[in-house]
Amino acid sequence: MSEWTRYLKRTVLFGGLGLFCFFAAAPFLIMLINTFKQDADLYRPQNNPFIYNFPPTLENLHLLFLNTNYPVFVRNSLIVGVLVVLITLVVAIPAAYSLARLAGRWGEQAGIAIFLVYLVPPTLLFIPMFRMVTAVNLNDSLWSLVMVYPTISIPFSTWLLMGFFKSIPRDLEEAAMVDGYSRLMSFIKVVMPLSLSGVVAVIVFTFTLTLHEFIYALTFISSSSNRTISVGVPVELIRGDVFFWQSLLAAAVLVAIPVSVIYVFFLDRIVAGFTMGAVKG
Amino acid sequence: METAADIRTREHSRLRFAFDSERFLSTVFLLPAVVYIVLLVGIPFFLAIAFSFTNATVGDTTLHFIGIENFVRIFRTPQFRRALFNSFFFTITAQIVIIILANILAVILETDFRGKWLARFLIILPWATPISLGTIGWLWIFDSKFSPIDWVLVRFGLLGPGTILGPSKHLTFLGKEGLAMAAVIVVQIWRTLPLATVILLAGLSSIPQDLLDQAEVDGAGFLRTHFQVRIPLIMPIMSVALLFGVIFTFTDMVVPFVLTRGGPVYYTQVLPLWAWFKGIEGGSLGEGAAIALFLFPVLLAAAIFILRSARRAEVS
Repeated sequence: MSEWTRYLKRTVLFGGLGLFCFFAAAPFLIMLINTFKQDADLYRPQNNPFIYNFPPTLENLHLLFLNTNYPVFVRNSLIVGVLVVLITLVVAIPAAYSLARLAGRWGEQAGIAIFLVYLVPPTLLFIPMFRMVTAVNLNDSLWSLVMVYPTISIPFSTWLLMGFFKSIPRDLEEAAMVDGYSRLMSFIKVVMPLSLSGVVAVIVFTFTLTLHEFIYALTFISSSSNRTISVGVPVELIRGDVFFWQSLLAAAVLVAIPVSVIYVFFLDRIVAGFTMGAVKG
Repeated sequence: METAADIRTREHSRLRFAFDSERFLSTVFLLPAVVYIVLLVGIPFFLAIAFSFTNATVGDTTLHFIGIENFVRIFRTPQFRRALFNSFFFTITAQIVIIILANILAVILETDFRGKWLARFLIILPWATPISLGTIGWLWIFDSKFSPIDWVLVRFGLLGPGTILGPSKHLTFLGKEGLAMAAVIVVQIWRTLPLATVILLAGLSSIPQDLLDQAEVDGAGFLRTHFQVRIPLIMPIMSVALLFGVIFTFTDMVVPFVLTRGGPVYYTQVLPLWAWFKGIEGGSLGEGAAIALFLFPVLLAAAIFILRSARRAEVS
């Protein structure tokens, strides 16, 4: 290949990549810039929207944290997230082990069935769910979300962990059992330590899922002080005649960036789960 | 004195005990998950179907069977027919664009270069972010008065008095039928493209290098290799990416909810959002359930195809 075509190829490559990166990151960039903009700067159409025409300010963050329910949304999201992660681990780890090791031939079929449950979307179930939540008197309570979110996280986590457990050689457990461990103990002492990265992937997946989830949170929760971030920010901070745009965009970007940083590290694992283990990434 | 038969029985019972306890353990381990899924997915699923044939409302706890009345009623409203059309239109358009862009992006990301981790991070951001929050950024980008896109267009002389895009200095993206639909589709693409890209990348990296080397030795150029070697090989994975995209787009209501609330008028209304407006905000659970039920055939078809392509991928 001549020097010239190599140069051309790289230019096209990086040009394309630059466009994609810009498309992906532009909304975050705008949010980040606007977080520190003064009203006088933001609300003048002739001002360049990509730079600070006036000195940046922290006032919008003050407003967000001191005069809105944003800290409450964050707290609520953390409570729901932690509880749902715990429930998911307690239910999905044993289920996955059972399907991977103990259940035999029908374990595979049952695993696929459980994975299919993950494909049933909240938008199909939210109406009867709303009725059921009302029936057990959990309307407008964070507990309704704690109860319902595992229906999404358990199927996917079980599927993901099942793949993990299967990849651990049976001999290891059998050796432990020959040494006198029971099946249960060999699972706890031998299999679990080897599956830690799978468990961490499940924790990350489940936690981000509770942060992402929108429709159940929108349907079950009605008072502002019980909202979680994903609904609280767009519904409570937008409503009314006055848009506090900078604070609103700050609220979004302050959650988006840290969540993304954590998520990105585990994306490959989670995607391997999506492709049903067909791709060993 | 212990006979051989006694020993055999003892061995046998010990074996049976081990077998039993394993079975016991597997049942105990699996039971919570099964109970959870049956109670909170199985029952609501059947209720979703049952509700669509009743006059269930938010306030009233009694149910009356009213046959297909809900379906007749929802079909009469133009909002529903538009939502049905939009759901398909948005999903198909977005997926076509996504699969093309994801192919290009995956090929770019497959090459080695410095700072690749940063590019990967930026590209994955939209998928990792809670979509309701990401869409707020777009809400500002499409703002009727302060849109940065408007500003750039005005700056380059493409928008404003005496320019090709018209005398107004604002495009008001979310206020016009075509532009609002385009806006919803763009945000859906923005959000789902990373998933498709990462799935395709995993597929590409699983192609054995000697196959590609062989193609090069045989004199196949880049495009030829791509279309005749790589694409056929990653076809099963590509269809998995596509079907997940279909499911996530078709059943999603967050983007139109935050961006347009189905407006202007009902031009960007989609099935799940219309189900929410009717069922929860309007309080007519029966009608809402009937609307949401229209998601099911598409889901079922997508799930079947996912299973088939995943199986094909395992074989190859």
